Amino acid sequence: MSQPRKIHVSTTVNGEPKEFLCEPGQVLSDALRNNLALTGTKEGCTTGDCGACSVLLDGALVCSCLVLAAEAEGRAVQTIEGVAGEGRLHPVQQQLLEHAGLQCGICTPGVVVAAKALLEQNPDPSEEEVRFWLAGNLCRCTGYDKIIVAVLAAAADMRAA
Amino acid sequence: MSLAQYSSPPTLAEAMQALAGGTGARPLAGGTDLLVQMKLGLRSPAHVVDLKRIPDLMALTLDDNGLRLGAAVPGAVVTANADIARTWPGFTEALGLIGSSQVQGRCSAGGNLCNASPAADSVPALIASRGVCHIAGPGGERTVAAEDFTTGPGTHCLGDGEILVALQLPLPAPRTADAYLRMIPRTEMDIAIVGAGVSITLDESGVCTDARVAIGAVAPTALLVPEAAAALIGSTLDADSLQAAGAAATAAASPISDKRGTAEYRRKVVAVLVRRAAAIAHSRITEST
Repeated sequence: MSQPRKIHVSTTVNGEPKEFLCEPGQVLSDALRNNLALTGTKEGCTTGDCGACSVLLDGALVCSCLVLAAEAEGRAVQTIEGVAGEGRLHPVQQQLLEHAGLQCGICTPGVVVAAKALLEQNPDPSEEEVRFWLAGNLCRCTGYDKIIVAVLAAAADMRAA
Repeated sequence: MSLAQYSSPPTLAEAMQALAGGTGARPLAGGTDLLVQMKLGLRSPAHVVDLKRIPDLMALTLDDNGLRLGAAVPGAVVTANADIARTWPGFTEALGLIGSSQVQGRCSAGGNLCNASPAADSVPALIASRGVCHIAGPGGERTVAAEDFTTGPGTHCLGDGEILVALQLPLPAPRTADAYLRMIPRTEMDIAIVGAGVSITLDESGVCTDARVAIGAVAPTALLVPEAAAALIGSTLDADSLQAAGAAATAAASPISDKRGTAEYRRKVVAVLVRRAAAIAHSRITEST
């Protein structure tokens, strides 16, 4: 079989217009990392179970390993690289540091993207709501408690800001 | 992941053409099943036809005709809609149980139906709330009752070039409520070993005048169980009627044993979930009137 024709994709990543050429079967996590050099998005399971590749696609939280890169045409992608401000961490990032909510760090970009999405739609979640929301972000290091405490602390910071 | 062709047609006609003719094309909605199956080597379509640029598949309208839910509308859009959640709490909860927050950003009720897993969470709830499937194809449009859509594990009634466009839930009659419960071995993020969707209608004196009971993960497809509904209709949903409805569900079930649960256990639990879901639907009516 001949090589599949590459697809030209024009998209927006973290507010900036981006273009890339992808294979039809290439997933968005791979295009972000290898075509656009945005390696903050991690590839864990590659089957939508672990959440390490979490990004927002037109504002919706998704696993970028279960999105074809070509689907990003004309859509807006937000990745971990767009979370921190100029020289200033996002409250979720800051509180993960304060509470030692990460060890190896592979799951952390996905946790940050997912937790930020939660707090933007629910500024005052219960512990249970945070745990359910982040159930698709697997962490093999922390045992989760520190992550949950950090997200609740970030929520309090954001409400006070 | 190997794939020769991806397209995202903007119209139903173009999508039908791409999918027709046995060319090995597969439709893509949220991809939370299809892309996983492709990565695992379970499916290798030559052409993936993304349906999300077709307006009808992404539209959601709630009016006097009820809910018309585009087949590819993500779960997160549905569960965030307070009007839908108030009118069909059971269906909304069932759809919201599918996967993680990330999966909810992509998975759809139409995709859940077309993937045709016997354990699909939203399907018993869709059947209980009298869901109807709007299908478009080269031969025109047709509708199929939700309980008749799936024909077996992984198979459904769509013919060559046909596309599931939308699901319709008729507005519930006064004093009607639905509920969905499932049993999973874990606390979340798992596949149902039993599911039960129930819709109940009461008259002003509290007697059940209409009911629908559908069960999942206990047969090759989700099943509508008229015998269970018949046990509820005419009753006040007293303990004996609930018991009879549960027994009817057990009798209708033909489960398999697998790593999640034995057939014997599923037959027993389906009765419990039907009783409990009926009781929840009942309390939703009495608490709101």
